[in-house]
Order: sequence, then C-alpha cells, then structure tokens
Amino acid sequence: MYLKNALRAATALTFVATAAAHAQTITIATVNNGDMIRMQGYTDNFTEATGIDVEWVTLEENVLRQRVTTDITTKGGQFDIMTIGMYETPIWGANDWLVPLDGLSAEYDVDDILPAMRNGLSNDGTLYAAPFYGESSMVMYRTDLMEKAGLEMPEAPTWQFIREAAAAMTDRDNEINGICLRGKAGWGEGGAFITVTANSFGARWFDEDWKPQFDQPEWKDALTFFVDMMNESGPAGYATNGFNENLSLFQQGKCGMWIDATVAASFVTNPDDSTVADKVGFALAPNAEGVDKRSNWLWAWALAIPEGTEQADAAKQFIEWATSKDYIELVAENEGWANVPPGARTSLYENPDYQAVPFAKKTLESILSADPNNPTVKPVPYVGIQFAAIPEFAGIATQVSQEFSAVYAGQQSVDEALAKAQAFTAEEMEAAGY
Amino acid sequence: MARTVTTRRKTLNTAFAWAVGLLIFFPILWTILTSFKTEAQAIASPPIFLNFDWTLENYAIVQERSDYMRFLWNSVIIAGGSTILGVIVAVPAAWAMAFVPSKRTKDILLWMLSTKMLPAVGVLYPIYLLFIQLGLLDSRGGLVVVLMLINLPIIVWMLYTYFREIPGEILEAARMDGATLKEEILYVLTPMAIPGIASTVLLNFILAWNEAFWTLNLTAVDAAPLTAFIASYSSPEGLFFAKLSAASTMAIAPILILGWFSQKQLVRGLTFGAVK
Repeated sequence: MYLKNALRAATALTFVATAAAHAQTITIATVNNGDMIRMQGYTDNFTEATGIDVEWVTLEENVLRQRVTTDITTKGGQFDIMTIGMYETPIWGANDWLVPLDGLSAEYDVDDILPAMRNGLSNDGTLYAAPFYGESSMVMYRTDLMEKAGLEMPEAPTWQFIREAAAAMTDRDNEINGICLRGKAGWGEGGAFITVTANSFGARWFDEDWKPQFDQPEWKDALTFFVDMMNESGPAGYATNGFNENLSLFQQGKCGMWIDATVAASFVTNPDDSTVADKVGFALAPNAEGVDKRSNWLWAWALAIPEGTEQADAAKQFIEWATSKDYIELVAENEGWANVPPGARTSLYENPDYQAVPFAKKTLESILSADPNNPTVKPVPYVGIQFAAIPEFAGIATQVSQEFSAVYAGQQSVDEALAKAQAFTAEEMEAAGY
Repeated sequence: MARTVTTRRKTLNTAFAWAVGLLIFFPILWTILTSFKTEAQAIASPPIFLNFDWTLENYAIVQERSDYMRFLWNSVIIAGGSTILGVIVAVPAAWAMAFVPSKRTKDILLWMLSTKMLPAVGVLYPIYLLFIQLGLLDSRGGLVVVLMLINLPIIVWMLYTYFREIPGEILEAARMDGATLKEEILYVLTPMAIPGIASTVLLNFILAWNEAFWTLNLTAVDAAPLTAFIASYSSPEGLFFAKLSAASTMAIAPILILGWFSQKQLVRGLTFGAVK
C-alpha cells in the first residue's frame, strides 16, 4: 500500500516537474537605475500577456559590464537578455555575439526609434539592441542664481559664457560653486566628460590613421580651459566627483550649473529629493567659440539578445514589450509623463503631454544634435561621441582619464598628462595592431 | 603611587581601545543610520547624525523588490559549505605539516600562501570556462568548491599554527595506546585544538560570507548570495544610498549577530597559544 502511494506521489511529482520544466522563464541582466527598476515592477503585465516568466539579475553598471562581457565572450549562456550600451553594441554585433533584431512586428514600429539611437545600436545597418532609454547631455542651471548674477542663459551657450557665468555665480561664503562637472577617473565618468569637452574644442582621439592626437593644440586648449574654469568656480575635490557626487551637490543647492546626462533633469526637478526643484533651467551643452560642434554625448541603455540563448523568441517578445510605445503609455498612465523612459522614440517627443515636461524639448534637441559618426569637426575613423567604439578603448581611456584626474588634483601639469596620454595610447594602439 | 599610575594607564588603555573600536565600527554604524533616512537626508550636507525622521521605508522597498530569504539562504549554504569542506581538507594537511614535517614543509606553506597573491581576475576566464564545461555556473556547489579553494591556504596556515602548540608527545602516547591515524586526529588532536578550529571556522565563514568577486561573477539567479543582493542596489547614475544602506544592513546583520555571540570563542582561538 505504502509502495503504491509512493509510486503515485512520484508519478504526480514527475508530471508537476515536467509541466514546470515547460513553463518558459527568461533571465535578464540589467543595470540598477530608476527606469530599469520601474520596468521590473511592470513585468507581471508581460507575464500575464505571454505566459513567460522573467528572472532579473540587477547589478551596478561596472559589475554588470564585467559580468555580461565574461558571459558573452565565453558563451556561458547565463542570460537571455543583456542590458548593454552604445559602446558594446556595435562591437559585439560585428563579432556576431548578438542576435540581430530583425523581423520585429509592424505595430512595434521600429522606424519610430530615434535615428541617432538606431544608428548607435546598429552595425552595418543591422539593429542589434533596442533602446530602453536614451540620453544626451545638457546644461542644467539655477535660474535664481543666474538672475542674481545679472546674466541670461542663451539657448545654446559657448564655453566662454559658461565660464563667465560660473565665476559670477560662485559664492564661496555660501558654499555655492558656479559649476560642477565630472572629474572622476574612469572612461564612463570623467573620461566621457573631458572627451566631449575636447570634441567641442575641435580635438579628436585619433586621426584617420588611428594615430593618437593628444599632442595637438586642441587637446591642450580643452584641458587647460577645463582645469582653469574648475579651479576658479568648481567645488573642492572635483577630481573625485562623478555623476552622483554632482547630483548630490546640485540637489542641495551647491551648484550654479551642472553639465551632465539629460536623464538627471528628472532628478533635479523632483521636489522629493531636490531642494532647488523649481529653480532649474536647461540649455544645450556648450561649444568653444568658432567650433561647430557641441559637447553633448549620446548614450542608450538597450536590450540585446546574446547569440547562443535557447530562448531567442521569448527574449525578442520581451524586448518588443519593454521598448514599445504601449509600455511608455503604461508608465505614463500610472506614474506620469515625467517618469517614462526618455530618449528612445520619436513619437514620445511628438506627444503634447510629454512636450509639457520642462526638460523634454532640450533633451530631444540634445539627442538629435548628437552624431556618433561625426563626433568632432575633423574626420575620425571611429564611431562614438564620448568613446571610440573599438574594444581597446575602455582600457586606454580609463588610463588616460586617470592621468587627467591627476591634473585636476594638482598632482601634475596639463602638459605632463597629455604627454603620458599620447605615449600610452600610441603604445597600446600599436600593440593592438592599428 | 605605583597603583595610581597603573590605574591611569588602564583608563588610558581602555579609552584608546574604545576609540579604536568606535573608529572601526563607525562605517557600519553610519550605514545602519543611513538605512533609516530618506534619500534626501542620506546625502544631506552637513551630514545628519541622529536628528532625522526615522523611517522604515527603505526596508519596505528592499523587501518588496528582492527575495531576501533566497539570497540569505544561498549565503548560508555557500559560506557554511565552503568552510566545513575547507576544514575537512585542511585538518589532515595541517596535521601532516605540524607533526610530520619534511625539509620542504615551510616552502609548501609559503607557496600555499603565495596563491593568495594572484589577483582573482587573472583566473576569471579559466575558472568561468571550467564552470561552463562542468555545468557549475550559477550553482551553490560550484561556489562552495571555489571559495573553499580560495580560503584553504588561510585555513591550513591557521590550523598549522594551532597544531604546533600541541605537544607531539600526546599524540605519540595515543599511538602507543594503539590509536589509528584517524582516531589520533579525530579523538586526540581535534578536541585539543577545538578553540583554534572554532576561530578558524568563524573567520573563514566571515571571509566566505563577504567574498564578492567570485560570488558576483559565477552566479546569476539560483545561487546568488547576499553580495549580489547588495550589488543590485548600487548605482552610478542616481542616488540610492538609503536603499543601498538598508540592503547592506540586512546583508551584514546575520554575520554581525554571529560575530557578537561568538566573540569569546573568536578571541580565545586567536590568542590560543599566545600565553603559556
């Protein structure tokens, strides 16, 4: 009797186990930021509609990069969808490490994706990742301090105006710094910022023959200008300030201006966290006088399917859902238009409800004016604005940004840093066969 | 007079010990305090120490967003498993080195320790590929083995040091009484070295609990321990310090409690043999 019962139980368990094995579950590696966390909260909607369960692996940006790079290069198969950026996508696409995102449904309307985003996430015209949200960079400034300084922020300021305004807004006695900018070492932190600043002074990382250009006068002009301005009007210890440090300073009313990611606009205008939420204005990122290129970057966090996953169809279904117009409307309906993922779709910026969001117009203008194929005034052999989309760039730029941060900290001169950057980059590029 | 000097010195020593203790504990205290603040209070300048509206909101959000118990259970299994396995392997090794040393014993010990000097990232790819081949990615078993191997040199060194304090004559006497090697280690050596073994276990459990390189790189969903839980709350674009502090407090709470209750054992073990 016991044996029979045990057999019945075992058979029942086998059926349950088999059924469970057939229930589809996809695993997504993603980055920890507000928009991604919000999406996790709506995952049940996707599961209800498709029957596909979703497991999330949320990691800090740098940890995520290392984790997904290890997995995709070894074909580990741990993830069905990876959250990657504009730097990785074209490189991985060219290596056939990603599943091309073709055959997307008509209602998904792939042509609605902003052209700059689509280009940055493609290789040879093939889309390899769908943008969940995109960003450029722009000036965020304190309208009250600008008024007090007797100045008016132009729609498209120059670096010279920014420097004058920063000096005028600086009030050391009241702990107000005229300008807060990234100085922290790291290719995605201070390295990204000084690269776009250099672009707007006419500098470039490499010439058409992949020769490093740190020995050219444009780089010296850009770096010298940045250091002088920050020493005059920047916060103490800016050499170690990144996005979060500057966000914290700005939200506490300690910065007159902050030039950084457009996505920060929603943080500094959120009255729950920001003490200056109702006193923030926006302008395009500056350029040096006479240089027809602004210092705004272009970035997207996008969803891609690694080659080798056994659940490519389910993964594609999820990507279609998460980056769709319907998802944007779902978020807007529940949390307001200011909280929808920005910078990915043209239709969002045509929506009158979204146009009413104070930073929407400048965000779109910044994104549209960014051109990854022509990041600076001179021709370049690479794609990317705040980076060059080659595998060697992350390592080289991290080292170079460390040299620049040492200048910001007063540990070496501009000339010394540029000479070291030139020598190191030339050596690495030669070793890589360029 | 001499008594006054002694008392003053004692007071100074006590005050110094407290100051050092508080200095070491301050980051943990700050993390715990921050976990009860709002995000705006968490980044306030000048920093707010105690005068803020205490809130449990961050804990509620963390609980809602993450399956804490799953991460905790994985941490317990991985840290516990690797420590137990490590001790099982290390006790015979340390016995051999302490009681049957050869000319090269010191060299072997130093070589074992030198493996700790290799940066972990240097062997990430070989280990990752090995895990793929063996089907061990995102498995607790795989991590138990890796963490055991990583901590093994420390376990062997610690046990070797404790075993060296035990007179070899006692083991010889056991042998003369007919004890086999297994009995000698299990029933004579181990009971005498219990304080040392206990502190070794505790220290390695803490090391395995806090290990963040391999546990982040070799796990995804099923085997992710509390280090992955904390990592999911860290962000370079957006201020989530209060939530991160809440997650950190939840992650370190079990090990803090364990350390608190085991401190006598830990101190006794670490000073084992220091005073004869």
